[in-house]
Amino acid sequence: MISKDYIITSAEGIHARPATALVKLTKNYKSIISIKKGEKTVKLNSLLNILSLAAKGGETISIIAEGEDENSAMEAIDQFFNEHLKDL
Amino acid sequence: MTISGIGVSPGIAIGKARVIKKQAVVLTGILLLNDEEITIAIEKFDKAVAVSVIEVEMMMNNHDALQGSEGVEILEAHIELLGDPQIREDVVEKIQTERKNVNDAVIEVIQAAVEVFKSMDDDYMSARAADIEDIGNRIVKNLTPAIAIDQDYEAGTIIIAEDLAPSDTISMDIAKIAGFATQIGGKTSHAAIIAKSRGIPAVVGCGADLKSVQDGDMLILDGQSGSIIIDPDQETILKFEAKRDSWLKELSLLKSLKDTPAKTIDGTEIHLFANIADSAEMENALEFGAQGSGLFRTEFLFLGRNDFPSEEEQFEFYKAVALKAKGKPITVRTLDIGGDKQLAYFNFPEEQNPFLGYRAIRLCLDKKDIFITQLKAILRASEFGKLKIMFPMIATVNEIRAAKAILKEAMQTLTDQGTAFDKAIKIGIMIEIPSAAVIADLLAKEVDFFSIGTNDLTQYTLAVDRMNEKIKDLYDPFDPGVLRLIANVIEQRHKNHIEVGMCGELASDPRATFLLIGMGLTEFSMSASSIPVVKNKIIKASLTEARKVYEAVMQMDNSKDITNYLQEKTQ
Repeated sequence: MISKDYIITSAEGIHARPATALVKLTKNYKSIISIKKGEKTVKLNSLLNILSLAAKGGETISIIAEGEDENSAMEAIDQFFNEHLKDL
Repeated sequence: MTISGIGVSPGIAIGKARVIKKQAVVLTGILLLNDEEITIAIEKFDKAVAVSVIEVEMMMNNHDALQGSEGVEILEAHIELLGDPQIREDVVEKIQTERKNVNDAVIEVIQAAVEVFKSMDDDYMSARAADIEDIGNRIVKNLTPAIAIDQDYEAGTIIIAEDLAPSDTISMDIAKIAGFATQIGGKTSHAAIIAKSRGIPAVVGCGADLKSVQDGDMLILDGQSGSIIIDPDQETILKFEAKRDSWLKELSLLKSLKDTPAKTIDGTEIHLFANIADSAEMENALEFGAQGSGLFRTEFLFLGRNDFPSEEEQFEFYKAVALKAKGKPITVRTLDIGGDKQLAYFNFPEEQNPFLGYRAIRLCLDKKDIFITQLKAILRASEFGKLKIMFPMIATVNEIRAAKAILKEAMQTLTDQGTAFDKAIKIGIMIEIPSAAVIADLLAKEVDFFSIGTNDLTQYTLAVDRMNEKIKDLYDPFDPGVLRLIANVIEQRHKNHIEVGMCGELASDPRATFLLIGMGLTEFSMSASSIPVVKNKIIKASLTEARKVYEAVMQMDNSKDITNYLQEKTQ
C-alpha cells in the first residue's frame, strides 16, 4: 500500500472536470485507489463520492493505492496532481 | 409588465415565449413481492443506465459545435455519474433490503445525493445538485417508455422554464433559441453556464412571477440587467432592437478575437497580458483573451485598511490570483506606495517632491521588514502558479542588487523552514526612470526581464507633472526623447538576451502598436478590455511594415508629426 499527500493546485478544487478525469484515470489500474480528505475516505471510482468531498483549491488530500500495480497507478496520480490538475 | 431576475449571460433577446413544463418524477410506494421481482428490478435499473449512457453519448456526438466547450465536459461528467458505483450500490441496496420498486429506489437515492450537494457551503458544488438530479431523471425516464420532449419551436424563441437541466439545454436546438429565463438558479447554475458558453442571453432566478408568462407571449429579455418585459409596445421593441444590434456587433468583434492568436501577418507572435489588481480581474482578463498578467499591482491589498496585511493574508491574496490564472504567467509588482499612493497607517514624511521622493523600492529597501514579508508571501504563492517578481522604481544597478539580496534572504528563510516555493522564479524590474532606460544594458545583466512603465517614464523624462493642469499638455509619450529611451530598452532584448515587455498606457494605445512592434516589442500588458482593440491592430500588422514605421518615426523631431503619421498608418 502506498499513500501520498497532495495540495490541490486548481482554483476551483476537485470540481466536476478534474474529478471526471480522475475517475477515468483510475479505471486503467487494478489497484484499489482511494482519496482521503480529513476524516473522510472514499474510493476514486465514484464521481459522486469524489465530488461530495468538496475538496477546494489549496487544501491537502491523500491518495491511497493498494494492489499489484499500485506503483504505476501512483505515478499516474502523481502526474495528475502535479501537472494536469492546474490546466483542468 | 416587467419581471426581474439575475442576468447571467448578456445580450438582448426579442421573441415569443415557449413555456417548458416537465413531467414530474413521482414515488409510487409499490413494494416488491419476491426475489424474482428484485432480480428483474436490478436488471431494469442496469438497462435504464445503459440506455441513458447511450443517449448522452449520442448527444455528445451529435453536437459537434460543443466539442471542447463546457457542454462536452458536463456530458462526460454525466456519463460517469450514470455509471457511478456508489449510486448503483445504494439503489441495489434499497431494492434488496427495503424491497422498493426500481423507480422509487432511484428517486430516493438521487434525492439523498441532491440534498447532500445542495447543502454544501460552496456555490459551485451546490450547483452540481442539478447534474445529479438530471441523471436521476434520465434513468427514471428510461425505466418507462420514453416521452419525447417537444422540440418543435420556431427560430427566435425564448425558453421559459422552472429550471433547465444541463441535458435540456444541450438537447435543445440552440440555433433556434434567442434566450432563456428560469424561475430558479444562480450565476453558477447550468442554464447560466451553458447560456454563457453559447452566447445566448439568459436571466435566471426570476421567481414565481415567471409563471405569468404564457406560450406565445411577446417578450424582451435583457441578459445584462436581468429584466424581462412581457408584451412590450412597438416603441420599446424598437429601442431594444437597436440595443441588440449594437451588442451583437461588439460581441462578434470580441468573440472573433478572443481565441485568435495575436500574430502579425508575417508570423511574429505577440503576447498580450492584462494589468490586474486582484483575482476577479485576473478571471475577467482571461475572458478577454489575456495570456496572463504583465502587471499585478499589489497595492490594492494595502489600501483602505488600518494596518499592513500579514504574510498569511498576502499569501492568500497572491495565491488566489495565481490559481485564477490557471498556469498562465503573472508578473507580481512589489509594493509601489508613496508619491500619490499614501497609506493611512504609515507615516510618510512630508516631502517637497513626493514623486522624486521616498516611494516604491526606495521605501522597501529602507523598511526591510515590510519588504521581506511581501517577498515571502509572493514566493509561497509561487507554488500555485507561474509567478514572476518585479521591482518598481529602479534607478541604479546598486538598487536592484540590494533588492535581490533581500529576496535571497527571504528565500533562505523559507528554505530553512522547509516551505516550498518556485526556486527558479524570474526576477525583473520596471523601467520607469530615465536613468534605468539609459543603463538598460547594465541592468540587463542583473535580471530576467524588463517591463517598461511608460507613464512614469514619460513624466520623468520630460520633467512634467501630469497632475499639474498648466503643463499637462507637455506630458506626451510620443515625444521623440521618450521614444528613444523606449527603443533603447527594447533593443536589449536581442543585445543582452532579456525579456522586454511594456505595461504602461502606451501599450494599450492602438496608435502605438505598429511602432512598438517595429521596435521589437513582443509583450504588451494593458487593461483587459483594451486587449481585443490592440489585437485587432496586431493581426493587421506586418513586422516588415512595422519596422519601416519605426524608422520613419525616428526621423521625426516632434510628437505632433509622429502622432499624425501613426494615426494615418493605423487607419
